[in-house]
Amino acid sequence: METNRRDFLKIAAVGGAAAAVFGFDVKPAYAEMAQLKIARASETRSTCPYCAVGCGTIIYTLGDKAKNVTAQVVHVEGDPDHPTNRGTLCPKGSSLAQDILNDRRLLKPQVRRPGGSQWEDISWENALNEIAARIKKTRDDSFIEKDAAGRTVNRTEAISWIGGCTDTNEFNYLVVKAMRALGVVHLENQARV
Amino acid sequence: MSQETMRIQKMSAHAGAIPGEDTQRTYVVSKLIDTTTCIGCKACEVACMEWNDLPFGETVFDNTYQTMPETRWNYWNLILFNEHEREDGSLQWLMRKNQCMHCADPGCLAACPSDGAIIQYANGIVDFQQANCIGCGYCITGCPFNIPKFNPQTKRVYKCTLCADRVGEGLEPACIKACPTGCLHFGSKDDMKDLAEKRATQLRDHYNFPNAGVYDPAGVGGTGVMYILHDATKPELYGGLPKDPQIPLMVKLWKGPIKWLGNIAMIGGLIGLFIHYLRFGPKDREDQDIREQIALAQEKAAKAAKEKNEEEHP
Amino acid sequence: MTNGWVDIKNTDMMLIMGGNPAENHPCGFKWAIEAKRNRNAKIISVDPRFTRTSAVADLFCQIRAGSDIAFLGGVINYAIENNRIAHEYLVNFTNAAFAVNNAFKLPGDTDGVFSGFDAGKFTYDRSTWNYAGPGAAVPAGAAPGALPPMPANVDYDLTLQNPNCVFQLLKKHYSRYTPEMVERITGIPKAQFLKAADTYTSIRKDGDMKQVGTVIYAVGWTHHSFGTQIIRTAAMLQLLLGNVGRAGGGVNALRGHSNIQGATDMAGLYDTLPGYLKVPTPADANFDAWMKRATPTSSQPAPWQSWNYYSNTSKFTVSLMKAFYGDAATKQNDWAFDYLPKVDRDYSWTYLWNDMYDGKVKGMLAFGMNGVAIGPDTNKNIDALKKAEWLVVGEIYPDETSEFWRSPRVLAQGDQNQIQTTVYRLPCAGFAEKDGSFSNSARWLLWKNTAVPLPGDCRLDHGIVAQIFLKVRELYNKEGGKFPDPILNLTWAYSEPQNPPLFEVLKEMNGKALADLEDPATKQQIKAGQQLPGFAWLKDDGTTSCGIWIYSGAYTEAGNQTARRDPSDPSGMGVHPGWGWSWPANRRVLYNRASCDVAGKPWDPSRKQVWWNEDSKKWVGNDVPDFKADSPPKDHMGPFIMNAEGVGRIFAPLSAFADGPFPEFYEPIESPLANLLHPERSTNPVVTKFKDTDDKFGTVKDFPIICTTFRLTEHYHYWTKNNPMNVQLVPEPFIEMAAEMADEMGIRGGEKVKVSSARGEYIAKAMVTKRIKSMLIDGKKTYQIGIPFHWGYRGIAEDEGKTARDLANQLTHTATDPNAHTPEFKGFLVKVEKV
Repeated sequence: METNRRDFLKIAAVGGAAAAVFGFDVKPAYAEMAQLKIARASETRSTCPYCAVGCGTIIYTLGDKAKNVTAQVVHVEGDPDHPTNRGTLCPKGSSLAQDILNDRRLLKPQVRRPGGSQWEDISWENALNEIAARIKKTRDDSFIEKDAAGRTVNRTEAISWIGGCTDTNEFNYLVVKAMRALGVVHLENQARV
Repeated sequence: MSQETMRIQKMSAHAGAIPGEDTQRTYVVSKLIDTTTCIGCKACEVACMEWNDLPFGETVFDNTYQTMPETRWNYWNLILFNEHEREDGSLQWLMRKNQCMHCADPGCLAACPSDGAIIQYANGIVDFQQANCIGCGYCITGCPFNIPKFNPQTKRVYKCTLCADRVGEGLEPACIKACPTGCLHFGSKDDMKDLAEKRATQLRDHYNFPNAGVYDPAGVGGTGVMYILHDATKPELYGGLPKDPQIPLMVKLWKGPIKWLGNIAMIGGLIGLFIHYLRFGPKDREDQDIREQIALAQEKAAKAAKEKNEEEHP
Repeated sequence: MTNGWVDIKNTDMMLIMGGNPAENHPCGFKWAIEAKRNRNAKIISVDPRFTRTSAVADLFCQIRAGSDIAFLGGVINYAIENNRIAHEYLVNFTNAAFAVNNAFKLPGDTDGVFSGFDAGKFTYDRSTWNYAGPGAAVPAGAAPGALPPMPANVDYDLTLQNPNCVFQLLKKHYSRYTPEMVERITGIPKAQFLKAADTYTSIRKDGDMKQVGTVIYAVGWTHHSFGTQIIRTAAMLQLLLGNVGRAGGGVNALRGHSNIQGATDMAGLYDTLPGYLKVPTPADANFDAWMKRATPTSSQPAPWQSWNYYSNTSKFTVSLMKAFYGDAATKQNDWAFDYLPKVDRDYSWTYLWNDMYDGKVKGMLAFGMNGVAIGPDTNKNIDALKKAEWLVVGEIYPDETSEFWRSPRVLAQGDQNQIQTTVYRLPCAGFAEKDGSFSNSARWLLWKNTAVPLPGDCRLDHGIVAQIFLKVRELYNKEGGKFPDPILNLTWAYSEPQNPPLFEVLKEMNGKALADLEDPATKQQIKAGQQLPGFAWLKDDGTTSCGIWIYSGAYTEAGNQTARRDPSDPSGMGVHPGWGWSWPANRRVLYNRASCDVAGKPWDPSRKQVWWNEDSKKWVGNDVPDFKADSPPKDHMGPFIMNAEGVGRIFAPLSAFADGPFPEFYEPIESPLANLLHPERSTNPVVTKFKDTDDKFGTVKDFPIICTTFRLTEHYHYWTKNNPMNVQLVPEPFIEMAAEMADEMGIRGGEKVKVSSARGEYIAKAMVTKRIKSMLIDGKKTYQIGIPFHWGYRGIAEDEGKTARDLANQLTHTATDPNAHTPEFKGFLVKVEKV
């Protein structure tokens, strides 16, 4: 079949008419059709970040991952190999492309100062330095080495960590490791609620 | 599925035979929607929007889980939600995925006056070719299911393509792939009918739905989208699914007893173009394309006819 | 889940209650539909509302929110009365035959409480909640108030006739849960309840063991002041029917978030350490004392055996300390025991916010956790944050927590400029921008890959945590400070310390040999530095390190097992052993030895999971046996190897639960009536309430309507309100109410209504529906309403001014379950008014 896209239109619009008027044409008529939008996209296997079914997803990104190209999502579909979802996705999983490419994303560190009514921009370096200093000061000010009965407790009750449940196992492990090392006991998670 | 099944089988307002019609074996594809396992999750709605890159529109809360009252030019797949109390007092929450039914005998195609604006592929998919659409809206009146919708910006009509682009590449339609419970099935019409009958039998034998059955209405020649219903005697319960859909009489006449008129359908197409011109003016680049194509094709057809004539009568 | 998503296809019967999987887990729910399509399986949906799950159920019962124990207790009673129990399973695989301490008393005999209740302190002395048998006395010299141990050998009666055996106590306890009582408490008409009980227990008609039923639930059961005991009741029912350990059976918690299982496993919670190890308390004087308390000793009838796998606790724990502290954890320094903070009170979610409200918690790090929206009692959480000195939020979208200082509440009160809290908001990575593993609800760990680069100035979440921690460490290095040892000695030997590659972290979690090891039985050797093949290799002498013992096997010398992608399923039972990796030991159905009879033969030969092979003298099968591989059936080792008894606990002894060894029905904290079983002891006796200004509770006089919160399939938590696609599907918040109630109040669908509780108000449009009906609770007409909770004050619709910018959790209260410490988000009292 040599018919190209331009030819589609010609044939579809009038080619048949010609044949009808003047005889029988065995060259089939084809219509113009959109190119398969994922035909040249890169596929990356991922897991849906929403519920705990953990559906396998394929994230289709623009192009061939060449050096001069920034990959961007063009489509997300279910992974048909995944035994649980077998390629299906729910209305949330099906809309993941709109989550990956979303103009509401936070893109820079910000700070709200005491008494403030607005966000102010802050550099990563300054934000991390201030946060680290606050953690250290709060910990040092509040650290309890021994309880009233003289038993070693080595904890701070003034720092809390609350974590969501859509981040990786590895992230959670690093958090637990770091927070316990700081002596944090107010360590809680979406898993509780 | 392959591109071979995407040959055009029927064409709106077209005079005479379709090139290549009936020259190759093929089979008709079909969607089967099992309303008894539909959970109304709307994954099909989203998958349709995402695959076809349809622009978002505004919706408002309307005392229902249904996304909007009916399909839109940019919303081709809509689940209809209906609360129904059975005689024994128990409640049924009926959900039906509504979209183009891809009728074997499409009323839209029959009604369309523009050559090649509505086509039916060899595999049964009914597709709108917006490039050839003149925006007259006859297809809207020709459809017994209220599916095609007019876009006032582009002055053209749109509906579900049954993901012809995917099917042509051997993929299932986007809605089918997404469906979490597998209430949507896709395959050859024969396979789907078989599956549907088996499921309906199971519903009658094991699940206390004595009237369970398959919706594949004869009035439109059967549909490329079939339903399994808990109660096939009352399709109206499922958001007004017509019990015996028919192509409107005027449309039938237009393409039936007076079919010989089809031989001057090209003229009809030109009249259609003229109507489009009168209604919307010559501002559209695609209009320009069409005129070019028609001119080109006329030239080519004349040439071909001349050659053929020479062949036959050397 | 004891079983898994795909395994649901093997079931004959589903009780779906306290969960709405069609709505909240659609792609997992396909396996319920598969069971219907391929096995003619039935679904019983029990819910306060007729949901999307109910729409495809074969039987629906509308239950009053919070009365689940009454319903399930009624089903237990029905099963016993109608001989629909798994007799052989019950006698051999559960503690039904175990004799209980004579001094133990049931609430039917003691005014609604179990024996040992201290009415002044709202606690139990649980020493009578024990088995009978020799050696069950408190040892001399034990601390005052110490509980006795379980007897090493338990008295028992295999005929189940001993009036003090577990089965007879169970029977007596639930004989009070008659169909009439169930109707009065739950509002489910007697005939309908009987139909449900008959349908569910029909799988065990005349004791036939072939068929299997599963219980499927979610946070509709956990969100109560007795949530753990609802789940207990279901587990007991499943043991009674012999459904646990079997394909298509089990007790299946459908977890809500993509990695909520992993976060729980990893112990992102105050009261555990990774792999469900118990945290040390101040009373544990040293490492050995901690291990002594944390390690159970076996307790079973003398002729039986119990593997008691938690007897290996010290191996898991020493290996954890080696993973955390490396060379700084030695036998000489008690494996760095002092480095761990000691816990001896409740630091759980609501206590955390209460402590901040009281000015004790000064700083908070909140990553991917929208604490203001999540509540309960959103207003209290906002008031608490006002008192904090600093808040660090890591997020991908603007959320309610980071913007509490400009919440509608603060703007209305006009005190924004008084709020001294410094808030840092750090832009994190979306799921597609990072790799790593998630553990799904079926305990499958699956690796995902990075698809797109970070946008803008965003950083990887784990990188941010690493960078903060390393900066703190640098400060302690430079300046010194309080007890810097655990901070300075924490292992952080990642190739890129500022952004630890996640596969290196997974390797650390899996564990490695620190010295050359050899298995004495097989002579298999592992060289120092090599990855361990599994937790059976862990040692308590410091020669192994392992960050989380149950994940040992996830990243072995053979590579990253969580990234395996072999979709095959040789048995056709949905095991998929080569897809990802599941804990523990790549085992897909827990307790699967119980899928066989006492002799080791499958209850149903058409659904073979594991079985005893007399030729090889081993347990073999389609799944990894959850059992001692070479323990022959004649030794009668119990299939529930994580319990010290080796059997399933119908009676949960001693400290297992705070509020009783059998579940008893108690009313929600806010309830329209006094408990019909014991009006004087209406609510869970060990639940206490906070008494701060923001902690208000209402009564039926002012708040006559029962309210429950729920989710929609179109939205995900407080996340997709930023996604235009999902916002188009359901654009606005609403309140679901019965058509009958709306008629009485003159409310039409789409009109605005105000819901108020003792805590706050919530305004949204009315969804008037036939899917909720009025109910008769103890003969009195009662209404329930439901509120989907997905909206807040930041989101697409919110920012466009299309909502009242309210949060559903402005209505909820802070009383919690005494075991799991989960708040009672469901089944509280409100009033409804037309706006």
